[in-house]
Amino acid sequence: MRPLEFRNLTLGYGSRILLDHVSASIDAGQLVALLGRNGTGKSTLLRAVTGLEKPLDGEIRLFGRSLRETTPQELARKVSFVATEKIRIANLTCCEVVGLGRAPYTDWLGRLLAGDRAVVERALAIVGMGDFADKALDRLSDGEVQRVMIARALAQDTPLILLDEPTAFLDMPNRYEVCTLLRRLAHEEGKCILFSTHELDIALTLCDSVALIDPPRLHLLQTEEMVRSGHIERLFHSDTVAFDADTRKITMRK
Amino acid sequence: MSEDFFQKQIPGFRLVNRSSEIRPKFLFGLLSILVAALFVCDLTSGAVGVGLHDLWKILRGAPCDPATRDIILKIRLVKALVALLAGVALAASGLLMQTLFRNPLAGPFVLGISSGASLGVALFLLGAPLLGVAGHSLVLGLGTVGAAWIGAASILLLIMVVSRRIKDIMVILILGMMFGSAVGALVEILQYLGNEAALKTYVVWTMGSLGDVTAAQLALLAPAVLIGTVLTIAVLKPLNLLLLGERYACTMGLNVARTRSLIFVATTLLSGTVTAFCGPIGFVGLAVPHLARMLFRSADHRILMPASMLLGMAMLLLCDLLSKRTALPVNTLTALFGIPIVIWVIMRNRSIV
Repeated sequence: MRPLEFRNLTLGYGSRILLDHVSASIDAGQLVALLGRNGTGKSTLLRAVTGLEKPLDGEIRLFGRSLRETTPQELARKVSFVATEKIRIANLTCCEVVGLGRAPYTDWLGRLLAGDRAVVERALAIVGMGDFADKALDRLSDGEVQRVMIARALAQDTPLILLDEPTAFLDMPNRYEVCTLLRRLAHEEGKCILFSTHELDIALTLCDSVALIDPPRLHLLQTEEMVRSGHIERLFHSDTVAFDADTRKITMRK
Repeated sequence: MSEDFFQKQIPGFRLVNRSSEIRPKFLFGLLSILVAALFVCDLTSGAVGVGLHDLWKILRGAPCDPATRDIILKIRLVKALVALLAGVALAASGLLMQTLFRNPLAGPFVLGISSGASLGVALFLLGAPLLGVAGHSLVLGLGTVGAAWIGAASILLLIMVVSRRIKDIMVILILGMMFGSAVGALVEILQYLGNEAALKTYVVWTMGSLGDVTAAQLALLAPAVLIGTVLTIAVLKPLNLLLLGERYACTMGLNVARTRSLIFVATTLLSGTVTAFCGPIGFVGLAVPHLARMLFRSADHRILMPASMLLGMAMLLLCDLLSKRTALPVNTLTALFGIPIVIWVIMRNRSIV
């Protein structure tokens, strides 16, 4: 059973169709980058998988079950999410934020039991933030905050993790480190990870597959096939830049 | 990730260190003692001095001077209890709104919710005599509360609708102030049209007082604040999730719509009721949660909420004590205490988000 499957999925707002009857599926243990030009519906697609956007037609299936038949509480145990926005809350410590990820499993007051605490500790250790447990979120750098937010998603203990442009505010080394971390989580923890990004470079070097929005279609191919397919050349093409399939880089036209 | 990696990474690693567990307990103990001490001071001080010994005799029900007993039980005790309830209600509603709107400058007064309650009360106090329905004191009391609830709820609803569309918190604050001013203008028109006796009742109400509440009204104030507090306790976990924003809260399985409604009802009950009985008391709801954050160094509502409630009680008891000494209205004193805290908050977070 596939963690995530789109069946004839149509997304859009009113008369504006972003994706038109697309079908695709993602396997467990895979890191998948979601690419596409601005305004082609990357965020809308991620919102739809978290249940925040209703499909106009078709369906999204999680482990063989339609999203329509899944309650928000069940969904919270299957899909976790990391947003683009910077979370900076004074006095909120890393382990408290990560502890919030246990919300689907805790009681009405959100008390963490010994088991929950162990999960939180482990999640922080995995993202390399074990020593920062008692540090407040507003004292961390952007890269560190993003790691903590990934740890929060890990603590939620979901087989599927979605990230909306997780590298948007990060510098170059941090971008690679965060994406390497995601790759490790996919391969070693068996998570299915889908993240939207504009980093063609990272997508093509670190990801197992690439989902490319070619409005109103969606191409989901293994990274190698995607490079050879010619879709990238066609979509990331303008008078000033071009994609070179051999070097996998976007270059300025001479 | 294998088990031994986990073991290697965290030998003797403690998730919760000792000091962060002791600090809140110590502070809660200290604050409780402070509130109790202020409560006793509030009972003993006033025009007629009552010693601690006499106070104990009266509270115990032992025989003593009937005049002193009446002063303590019928006036000061009611007033002190009103101060406790108002402190809890205003501080809790302030924290609820700051988290709901993710805005450190939100509060019942700033967002115009107190003004909404004022408009309701003004419409009732000034408008009812024009229609010839006022008269009986019970009708007056119930009508004032009902009108304040409706007024507070309408403004809150308006702000919630606007905040769905507009995410910029400064815009929402400015809109809150605009609503407040618009309400002020409407109230002035009502004042102009209203008759003299009704006008006086209204003006006295706007001055804000903890002492105008009768024991009978306390029987309405207390349950309303109690229900509001119970609802507040029920949303402590959702409030923590909302710290990360609605989107995160939603993906963690929170029913955001239901939580919003609960917070809405709680805020209306808490700030609307207190405003109805005590008049618009500003800056408690805005400043007290920041005091709590500063003292407890926490963002966890399971700590912040009780801390704010205790601090709110302490602040209103203190203001009541001072208002007895200086004869200044309570809302003047809360403003004098609250405004420096608010300015400090603005100066500290240069960018308010």
